[in-house]
Amino acid sequence: MNHYPVWKNLLIIFVLALGIFYALPNIYGRSEVVQTSAIKDQAVDESLINRISSSLSAGGVSNFESIIENETVITKFNNIEDQFKGKEILDKLSGYKSALNLRPDVPEWLTNAGGSAMNLGLDLKGGVYFLMEVDMKEALANKFNQLRGYAIQILSKEKISKKSLKWVDEKLVIQFKSEELASKAFDKLRKQINEVNFKQRQIDGVESIVGTIRDKAISDIKDKALEKNISTIRSRVNEFGVAEPIVQRQGSERIIVQLPGVQDSSEIKETLGSVATLEYRAVDMNKNHNAYQVAQSGKSAPLGYKLYFDQDEQPVLLSKRIIVSGDQLIDATAGSDQQTGRPMVSVKLNNIGAKRMLDFTRNNVGNNMAVVYKDREFVSKDPVTDKKIYKPRETVISNATIQGVFSNQFQTTGLDSPKFATKLALQLRSGSLAAPIEIVHEKTIGPSLGKDNIDRGFQSVLIGFVLVLIFMLIYYRLFGVVANIALLCNVVLMVAMLSMLGATLTLPGIAGIVLTVGMAVDANVLIFERIKEELAMGNTAQSSIKAGYDKALSTIADANITTFIAAIVLFAFGTGPIKGFAVTLSIGIVTSMFTAIILSRAIVNLVYGNKTKLKSISI
Amino acid sequence: MNLLGKIKFDFMGKQKIAMIFSLILITISIGSIVTRGLNFGLDFTGGTAVVVNFEKDIELDVIRDSLKSNNFIDASVQNFGSSKTVQIKFQSQSDSESTQLRDQLSEIVMPLDPAANVDKGDYIGSQVGDELIEQGSLAILYAIIGILLYVTIRFEWRFSVGSVVALVHDVVITVGVFSVIQMEFDLTILAALLAVIGYSLNDTIVVFDRVRENFKALRKKSPAEVFNISIAQTISRTVITSLTTLLVLLALFFIGGAMIHGFAFALIVGVLIGTYSSIFVASTATLNLGISRDDLMPVEKEGVNLDHIP
Repeated sequence: MNHYPVWKNLLIIFVLALGIFYALPNIYGRSEVVQTSAIKDQAVDESLINRISSSLSAGGVSNFESIIENETVITKFNNIEDQFKGKEILDKLSGYKSALNLRPDVPEWLTNAGGSAMNLGLDLKGGVYFLMEVDMKEALANKFNQLRGYAIQILSKEKISKKSLKWVDEKLVIQFKSEELASKAFDKLRKQINEVNFKQRQIDGVESIVGTIRDKAISDIKDKALEKNISTIRSRVNEFGVAEPIVQRQGSERIIVQLPGVQDSSEIKETLGSVATLEYRAVDMNKNHNAYQVAQSGKSAPLGYKLYFDQDEQPVLLSKRIIVSGDQLIDATAGSDQQTGRPMVSVKLNNIGAKRMLDFTRNNVGNNMAVVYKDREFVSKDPVTDKKIYKPRETVISNATIQGVFSNQFQTTGLDSPKFATKLALQLRSGSLAAPIEIVHEKTIGPSLGKDNIDRGFQSVLIGFVLVLIFMLIYYRLFGVVANIALLCNVVLMVAMLSMLGATLTLPGIAGIVLTVGMAVDANVLIFERIKEELAMGNTAQSSIKAGYDKALSTIADANITTFIAAIVLFAFGTGPIKGFAVTLSIGIVTSMFTAIILSRAIVNLVYGNKTKLKSISI
Repeated sequence: MNLLGKIKFDFMGKQKIAMIFSLILITISIGSIVTRGLNFGLDFTGGTAVVVNFEKDIELDVIRDSLKSNNFIDASVQNFGSSKTVQIKFQSQSDSESTQLRDQLSEIVMPLDPAANVDKGDYIGSQVGDELIEQGSLAILYAIIGILLYVTIRFEWRFSVGSVVALVHDVVITVGVFSVIQMEFDLTILAALLAVIGYSLNDTIVVFDRVRENFKALRKKSPAEVFNISIAQTISRTVITSLTTLLVLLALFFIGGAMIHGFAFALIVGVLIGTYSSIFVASTATLNLGISRDDLMPVEKEGVNLDHIP
């Protein structure tokens, strides 16, 4: 009568077993931990565990447990308060950095077998979210300059004389005396500069070539700047001691940064977005030049020099030629000067930088060298584009006599405070940003709010779920039990799919699960109502079951496909939270079709399928 | 158990009443959206919002006064989920200004309750908000176009128009409710609206599916009768599904916490309106577009039989 072939039953059991296995890691809960790892090459071993436990005990925190995993000491606490206190204490361990985390308590055998719990989104874990926009103006301007130089070089090599060559409104305009020259130049330029699309034409009677930069070239520049910024920001983020940070690109000009467990965003923000760097320049030692005079008269500085000011607003004349810039730094560590005790940054240069520094100091012992701190400062906001306008700020932070020859390693003093030194060292170490960034969206979620969100989210899922189960049981009796088993399996399968895909569970994601629970019963309701109708028409129980399932199928398919279309659109257009909702919704549609149609039928077959003289069914 | 039993009801005969009811709701909704507008959340307006968690119950006016006397004139203060949690929103030009204002704000709020802590802080630049509105409206538009196409292919264009009329009806009234009670309209509400579209459609399709089936089975009945019978046959399913969905939504609404309060509310409104519209709006619209049995019958090629004539 109503039978599934053996393979179909086996398939159902297999899918369910797989689902239960992958969903399992999620039932173990999570504990508040602090992860401690080495900043450089310090050892992570038993002795560190001992140090951690003694400093925690000294700080009045008890009830914790430490283990070593992947070169990291993981210390478990019983509650958030202890965890916070613990982090504060462990932050003081020098040479190590500590991060707050919520860690799933999945047993080892399950992890080894490939099971993992769902990731939690920031709204459930607590932390800081930044959306940064990269200002591409500067990167593009650099490219424009480069291309201009390239064009001049080609024309002079080919001995083609030009009247003028400049960028006008993002177009490279080159003017010539005759059409012959223009054609010749056009030929050469077109062949040698692929990034620009050249056109030869007459503008106001002047023979000209107009070049527009190709879209591909622009997107390449943006890509490069964005990738560089991402890697810089990533290395800066890694310095903070944040567990599982996320730095990823969004679109062509934006970067998403998620820092779980971080609460105070202001300092991190400043460091992430800082464009600060250092430059080493020779100080003008010519006795005939007077920096004060230049500063007061407003006259231009002597040839080859530029006027700077130091931290006390005193003028200094520095050579326009840079000895070494921040790009040539490969390492920087903050510390304090052994003689004066003042904060300093000791830096290490790459080979090119080291050679230049060696050459310079060898020839200039007794002369002065200055360190320029380069940064930018907010001026105003463009009323039209709403973008912020900055101007560069350059301050001489140190101006000292060169005592001896040095090359790849030396110290820079003259810094305000140890804190400033630490920050500067971090920024120098992590490399510079290719283009300035601006934070366009920032979100902070407190850890207690995150925990509250999890608790409430799961509670509402549970209660909503139980209410539906009770309703179905009362309304459909035995068939209600079938629907409830299907519903239960649906949630298990959804959780399993989400865990397998490595999806991140957010609050809207939980809402998506809840909504699917409500809607997943729909398929079963459709089928059961259809069976009731068939029975009412006087059909036998067995044929009513068969007809009910068969006739409801196309309705269920149509209804689910249309909802699926809505979910796909949500996924394609949505960002962050909406995407999370769309993912759970679409997974729910797929799993609910399986459980409500195939699985529930299998159970019904199991119960009624063999009874040839079935008089009535419990529906 | 059978909640509704066998129903014989002239749904289509009530279309005038339904139409008047819908028109009133839509007029109020559009009127409110035009005159009062929506209480857009931070996601769309840009600016800064801070959620402060107090240890004790606190009067919003106390916070307002203290903000006002500290030059926070444009700040809006409202409860966030509970009477102990307060959301304060204000405009800010940049993230650095936002941080600065936030620090100032904590200093103002702390004296009111030293145990208060800032739970949540958001800053959104205005350009992001504009983009979200654009993306959101586009998303709804594309969802409607996709659905229109699918239903046209699977059914017939009149059904397609009928379901879209019902969709727009549901979305406008749900948004209208948000405008009338001035509940905050943020990004999660937009997501809820799209879910409402999916849900309302689900309901409508189930009815249409039965109409299509009955057109073929009940050859002697008029189109209006076919619609009546189809709606009657599916109404217990429509009501039960709405009920189970509402059960979980109510759980979300009451227990889910402040961050999904609005989301759950939008869906509750949407499900109620969607259930009504799948019965009264989508069907009447399709019927009035002049749907007939022939539109759903497979087209037989003319002259096919002639080939056999020698």
